[in-house]
Amino acid sequence: MIRLLDLRSEKSGYCFPVSEKMWGILGRRAVDGGFSASSFRRMRSGLVSARSYAAGSKEMTVRDALNSAIDEEMSADPKVFVMGEEVGQYQGAYKITKGLLEKYGPERVYDTPITEAGFTGIGVGAAYAGLKPVVEFMTFNFSMQAIDHIINSAAKSNYMSAGQINVPIVFRGPNGAAAGVGAQHSQCYAAWYASVPGLKVLAPYSAEDARGLLKAAIRDPDPVVFLENELLYGESFPISEEALDSSFCLPIGKAKIEREGKDVTITTFSKMVGFALKAAEKLAEEGISAEVINLRSIRPLDRATINASVRKTSRLVTVEEGFPQHGVCAEICASVVEESFSYLDAPVERIAGADVPMPYAANLERLALPQVEDIVRAAKRACFRSK
Amino acid sequence: MALSRLSSRSKGISRPLSAAFSRSISTDTTPITIETSLPFTAHLCDPPSRSVESSTQELLSFFRTMALMRRMEIAADSLYKAKLIRGFCHLYDGQEAVAIGMEAAITKKDAIITAYRDHCIFLGRGGSLYEVFAELMGRQDGCSKGKGGSMHFYKKDSSFYGGHGIVGAQVPLGCGIAFAQKYSKEEAVTFAMYGDGAANQGQLFEALNISALWDLPSILVCENNHYGMGTAEWRAAKSPSYYKRGDYVPGLKVDGMDAFAVKQACKFAKEHALKNGPIILEMDTYRYHGHSMSDPGSTYRTRDEISGVRQERDPIERIKKLVLSHDLATEKELKDMEKEIRKEVDDAIAKAKDCPMPEPSELFTNVYVKGFGTESFGADRKEVKAALP
Repeated sequence: MIRLLDLRSEKSGYCFPVSEKMWGILGRRAVDGGFSASSFRRMRSGLVSARSYAAGSKEMTVRDALNSAIDEEMSADPKVFVMGEEVGQYQGAYKITKGLLEKYGPERVYDTPITEAGFTGIGVGAAYAGLKPVVEFMTFNFSMQAIDHIINSAAKSNYMSAGQINVPIVFRGPNGAAAGVGAQHSQCYAAWYASVPGLKVLAPYSAEDARGLLKAAIRDPDPVVFLENELLYGESFPISEEALDSSFCLPIGKAKIEREGKDVTITTFSKMVGFALKAAEKLAEEGISAEVINLRSIRPLDRATINASVRKTSRLVTVEEGFPQHGVCAEICASVVEESFSYLDAPVERIAGADVPMPYAANLERLALPQVEDIVRAAKRACFRSK
Repeated sequence: MALSRLSSRSKGISRPLSAAFSRSISTDTTPITIETSLPFTAHLCDPPSRSVESSTQELLSFFRTMALMRRMEIAADSLYKAKLIRGFCHLYDGQEAVAIGMEAAITKKDAIITAYRDHCIFLGRGGSLYEVFAELMGRQDGCSKGKGGSMHFYKKDSSFYGGHGIVGAQVPLGCGIAFAQKYSKEEAVTFAMYGDGAANQGQLFEALNISALWDLPSILVCENNHYGMGTAEWRAAKSPSYYKRGDYVPGLKVDGMDAFAVKQACKFAKEHALKNGPIILEMDTYRYHGHSMSDPGSTYRTRDEISGVRQERDPIERIKKLVLSHDLATEKELKDMEKEIRKEVDDAIAKAKDCPMPEPSELFTNVYVKGFGTESFGADRKEVKAALP
C-alpha cells in the first residue's frame, strides 16, 4: 500500500491510502508523458482516472476545442462575430479567441471597453437586427453587470414580441470557481440563468462537449448562456474524427451518460464531471457501480435521461460546484422526487459548494468546493440506506 | 380644393395608416417651406437651417396623423379607466410631433427603438389602430398577439424594435441595431429614443462611448418632457442640458412641439450619423398625461403649467394654424376630419373588443424559436405540461 499525501489535509497530517492499482495508473500517466500543469495538479491531489486511449486517437484541449468551434462558425457564417474584453489584440484573456483577430480582422472581432452593460446591450441589439454575436464575459461574475440585457432584453423578447424578434446570441465565458480568485470571482451562475424561460444554458465538460455544444449554440436562433470552466481550458481530452469535422454539433437538451452503472446515479456538469468519474472509480473498488451523467445542458434539462437512470439505479447523488440553495441540484432532486418517487430506495443526495462566499485561503477554498470524497461518501450513503 | 377628396375615402380601419392615407390626403405635392418656431441650439456641430422643406400633402398628413395619435391615446385613457386595459399604460399625447416629424425625415429601413411610451411610434411605423387596441386589451390580434401588452409593441418589418420596459435598456440595444446596420453596410441609421429620466443611466454613456469609438450610425433622441415619472429634471440631473451630455458627441436641442423642427433635426442627424457617427437630439416636449395611467400627473406639476403648454405649444394646434394659414383646408373641413378620425378610432376599438383572447395553448408558444420539444410546465406541473416546438 502506498500512502499518498493529500494536500487538502496537509495540516492535520491525515493521509489516505492509495492502492497498488492507483499507483499503477499514476505510474502509467507519468510514462505517457501527457503532463499538463493541471494534470500534475490533479495527481498531487490524489487520484487520476484512467482514460482509455484508442491507438492513434487525437487529443484536444478544451481551449483549442472552443477556439476551433468559434473559428469554424465564423468561417461558415459571415453574420457571426465576436465581442468582449481583450478578445482581439490580447488574443483573449484565456486565449480562447486566439488568432481570430488576425484571421478575420477587426470587422469580425471587437475589443470592447470594460462596460458590460453597454456592450452586452449592443450585442443583443445586433442580434435583434439579425447578426449572430458571440459575447464573451471575462468571467460570468461580470455578467451580473449586464444581467438585465441577458434576461429582459434577450431571453424574453421572442415571447413578448410573439415571435417577431428572436435573439440568436451566445453569451460565453468561464463560470464558477477557479483557483484562489476569491469571493467575487468564483460564483457559479448555472442556477440563475437556467431558471429563466427563453434562455438556453449549456455547460460543456470535455473537448468534444466544448466543440459540439458551442457550435450548436452559435447556430441556435435563441439566446444561449454558455458556461465554460477556467480550470478545464488546459485539459486534454481524446477527440473523435467525427467531432473534429466542421459540421459537428451536439444536440441541445440532451445529457450524456459518461459512465454506465447500476447502483447509483450521479448527475453533474462541467468540472465536476471529472470529479464524479473519479468518484465512480473509487466506488467501483468498493463494489458500487455508479452511473455518471454529464448534464451538458442545464436548460433545457434532460429530465428524461436523469429519471430513466434513477429508475434503473434507485439512487441519486446530484453534484454541482455552485451555491446549494435553489441550485441546479435542487431542481434535479425535485424532478426525481416528483417523477420517480416510487423507484427511489434512498433519499436524494446533493453535493454542492459550501453555503458561504468563496474564501481565499487554499484550505478553506478546498472545503468550500465539492471534492471527490464528498461524492463518494454521498453515494455510499445512498447505497447503504436501502432495504 | 384638395379636401373634397378627403371625404370620399374608404373606411378601412385595420389597414395600415399609410394606405388609409393615400386616399384621404391630397396628392398635391406643392412644395412649401416652413420656418421652425425656434432656432436650434447646437453642441459641437453647426445647427441646420430653420427653413424646412415640406409639401401641402405632408402638412395635411401631419395634421391627420397627429390628430389620430391624439385620439388614440385619449381613447386608451378611457379604456384603461373601464378596466379593459390592464397593468401599465403610458400615454404619449402632447409628444406627437416627435413621432411624426421623425417619420417624415426617415425611411422604414432606418430603425427606431423606444421605451414604453410606444403606441404612437408604432402607429407611425405603419402599425394599425386595430393592432394597437387589440394588444392593449390583450387580444389575439394584437401586434404581439396579446402577449406583450402596452409596453411591448414591435414591428420588425418596419424596423421598429419595440417597446421596452426597463428604463434606459433600449439605448444600448439601439446602438446595437446601428452596429448591425453598419456591419451589413445598409446605409441606414437607428434612432434610440429615451426620456429625461433615462438620460442619467450609466448604460447610455457606455453605449455612447462605444458608438463614438466605432463610429456607429446611432442617433440618441432624448424626449425631454421634463419629468421622469414624478421627478422634475432639475431634481434628477445636475446638468439638464441633455443635448450636451454626450460631451465629445455632438448634440442638437430641438423644439419637440414643432413637427417641422423635429423633421429637420432628424434629417440633419441622419446625414451626420451616416458620416460621422453618433449624435444626440434633445426634443423639448411635454406630456399632458401623467407618467402612466396610475399617475394623475398633477401632484408634481401645476394644472396651470399643463394648460399653459396646451395653450401655447400644442403640436396639433400649431399644425392646424399652418394648414389654415396656407389655405389647405377650412376650419369646418378640419373639424370633419377630426370627426372621421374619432369614428375610425371608435370602430377600431369596437372591432378589438370583439376579438377573442389568445388560446390557452399560446401560453407556451414563442418561448424559443427552436424548443426541441422540451417540456414546459404550468402552475401545476402534473396538470399542465407542454412540449415546446
